[in-house]
Amino acid sequence: MKRQLTIDRIKCDGHGLCAELLPELIRLDDWGYPILAPGPIPEHLLPLAKRATEECPVLALALRRTRAA
Amino acid sequence: MSDLRLDFRLLAGRDLATGPEGLHEHVRRLGPLPSADRSLIDLVAGSGLTGRGGADFPVGLKWRSIAAAPSSAVILVNGAEGEPRSKKDRLLMTARPHLILDGAFLTARALHAKSIVLYIGEDHHASRQSMKRALAERTDEERRLVRTFDAPARYVAGTSSAAVHLVNAGVATPTSNPPTPHERGVDGAPTLVQNVETLAHVALLARSGRATGTRLITVVGGVSRPGVLEVDAGTTIGQAVAMAGGQTEPSRAVLIGGYFGSWVEAGKAMALSIDPQALRAHGLSLGCGVIGLLPASRCAVCEVAGIMRYLAGESSAQCGPCFFGLRALADACGRIADLGTNSTDLFQMQRWAAEVRGRGGCHHPDGAVMFLQSALQTFGDEWIQHPPHVRRSA
Amino acid sequence: MDILLWYTTRGAGAVTLVLLSGSVVLGILSVLRVQSAAWPRFLTTGLHRNLALMTIVFLALHVVTAVVDPFTHLGWLTAVVPFSSYYRTLWLGLGTIAFELLLAIVATSLVRGLIGQAAWRWVHWLTYAAWPLGVVHGLGTGTDTWSPWFFVLTVICVGAVATALVYRLVAGSPDPLTGPRAEFEAAVQRRESP
Repeated sequence: MKRQLTIDRIKCDGHGLCAELLPELIRLDDWGYPILAPGPIPEHLLPLAKRATEECPVLALALRRTRAA
Repeated sequence: MSDLRLDFRLLAGRDLATGPEGLHEHVRRLGPLPSADRSLIDLVAGSGLTGRGGADFPVGLKWRSIAAAPSSAVILVNGAEGEPRSKKDRLLMTARPHLILDGAFLTARALHAKSIVLYIGEDHHASRQSMKRALAERTDEERRLVRTFDAPARYVAGTSSAAVHLVNAGVATPTSNPPTPHERGVDGAPTLVQNVETLAHVALLARSGRATGTRLITVVGGVSRPGVLEVDAGTTIGQAVAMAGGQTEPSRAVLIGGYFGSWVEAGKAMALSIDPQALRAHGLSLGCGVIGLLPASRCAVCEVAGIMRYLAGESSAQCGPCFFGLRALADACGRIADLGTNSTDLFQMQRWAAEVRGRGGCHHPDGAVMFLQSALQTFGDEWIQHPPHVRRSA
Repeated sequence: MDILLWYTTRGAGAVTLVLLSGSVVLGILSVLRVQSAAWPRFLTTGLHRNLALMTIVFLALHVVTAVVDPFTHLGWLTAVVPFSSYYRTLWLGLGTIAFELLLAIVATSLVRGLIGQAAWRWVHWLTYAAWPLGVVHGLGTGTDTWSPWFFVLTVICVGAVATALVYRLVAGSPDPLTGPRAEFEAAVQRRESP
């Protein structure tokens, strides 16, 4: 089951926990807001990705199913 | 046949400078309001009519999906005209309000909509007056459907989701989707947001059986008679410039599509057809139809810096990348404009532009970034060689 | 045995106070976005959560030992119905309220994804009621109130939370968009159309 990270940009307040927990896929821009790596999440990173979505203080980060190519 | 065709232009009828066309005159000129049912949807779809609000989306498609929605729809008539240089919607509302109202009521009937929202720019006083008076001339049954709201005079307040948000929550900020206004908009109902010009076309289409093929554009900048023009399909920018009295001086470049548009070299631009589809093939967008000629005597870099400053200030400040990113880009442009080129700012601008794009909650940062990127490409040399000079006030 | 229960109740109560105060402080530091190269955000939030869970454990121990202790004559009802005990009715009742508030706060935090951010936040604000109620309960109910060790402990806990609170009130919003967002919203308010 392929999953992708999505973010509600209006909810996001630039807390930055997601980038701390998942640096392989998320980095912060010059102002502290997340830049997501595109494409499906590698299997071995799924648990961390899930944790990142749960730890977001404003629930802006979420996982969604990758649409079929 | 050609007489009939002349009547079915948006700006046909009394001289535009003589005030709004009242209901009596409107009916005398065009005939009464036709009846409308589901078949109007097929007529609209078959005509190929596309939206005039900037997205150029096929109107029939939009209508079909609203008609398929399980609950009663709301029609939102978008007369916000937040683009500062665009004047077409204002002109239409002021001079031909009944065309717009006809379109709204026809649409509401065809789609079994339960209500209509008029969303008119708060600063467009003449337009608001005109639409209000026109509404007073309509039947009780029609008037009962309509609620009017002022669109705040900010760039993003004219966005569909901002308009819906103003009605629902009292503040015109763009909202995240899902759900889109189309799915759940005013009072939670599926909402069809349609530009005033689009609805005016519907009013004519319902009477004549086919699309006018015309569109309204606003020509601004280095022309003798800047203002709104109604042009036929296939008209080139050069022809439109001639209709606007010709250039006051040679142009350096043309901005096609307003502040979210793209810059094109003047020579190349004049040959382009004012048609969204044709422009898309060139990677350009007509947007809401603003065509601006930049005189060769004006500094392109300074012009762009001024527009970027405006766009940065119009961020709704809901998303970091948009608010901070556009501000950083505007600051960099401003520094190059005032103090001269420096490689740091040039490099940073490229990086920030690439990073900001697509990372806002609405399309405001995207439009601004694409505007800037087209400026960097079209005025390449000017950016690299810009000398310091005190900026002339706009 | 009785004495053991009694000491456990008092001891667990004191530990609860310390853990809860620590959790509140960390919660405030989390909102203030305190961090450094060596102290990431998720450390603050992680510790905050763990201390809160530990608080519930010791709070449960405190309540259970208090109820089963024959000396106190408290029924299970007093654990859930405030002001229903004969023994120190007011002070114990405040503790009952604090207990229930904390249960709600922790429970909603565990299912935040299901109930949504808005509902979760509303309940979480009740911490500012639960903590002082817990402190007052401890001072009013315990026989240890004026014994040095408990008094000092309470002072330290109250001091820590008070300091964090002052910091919170003085620092203002750590979200740099707070001001600009409010400014924009004010500019696009719905006005009555004449």
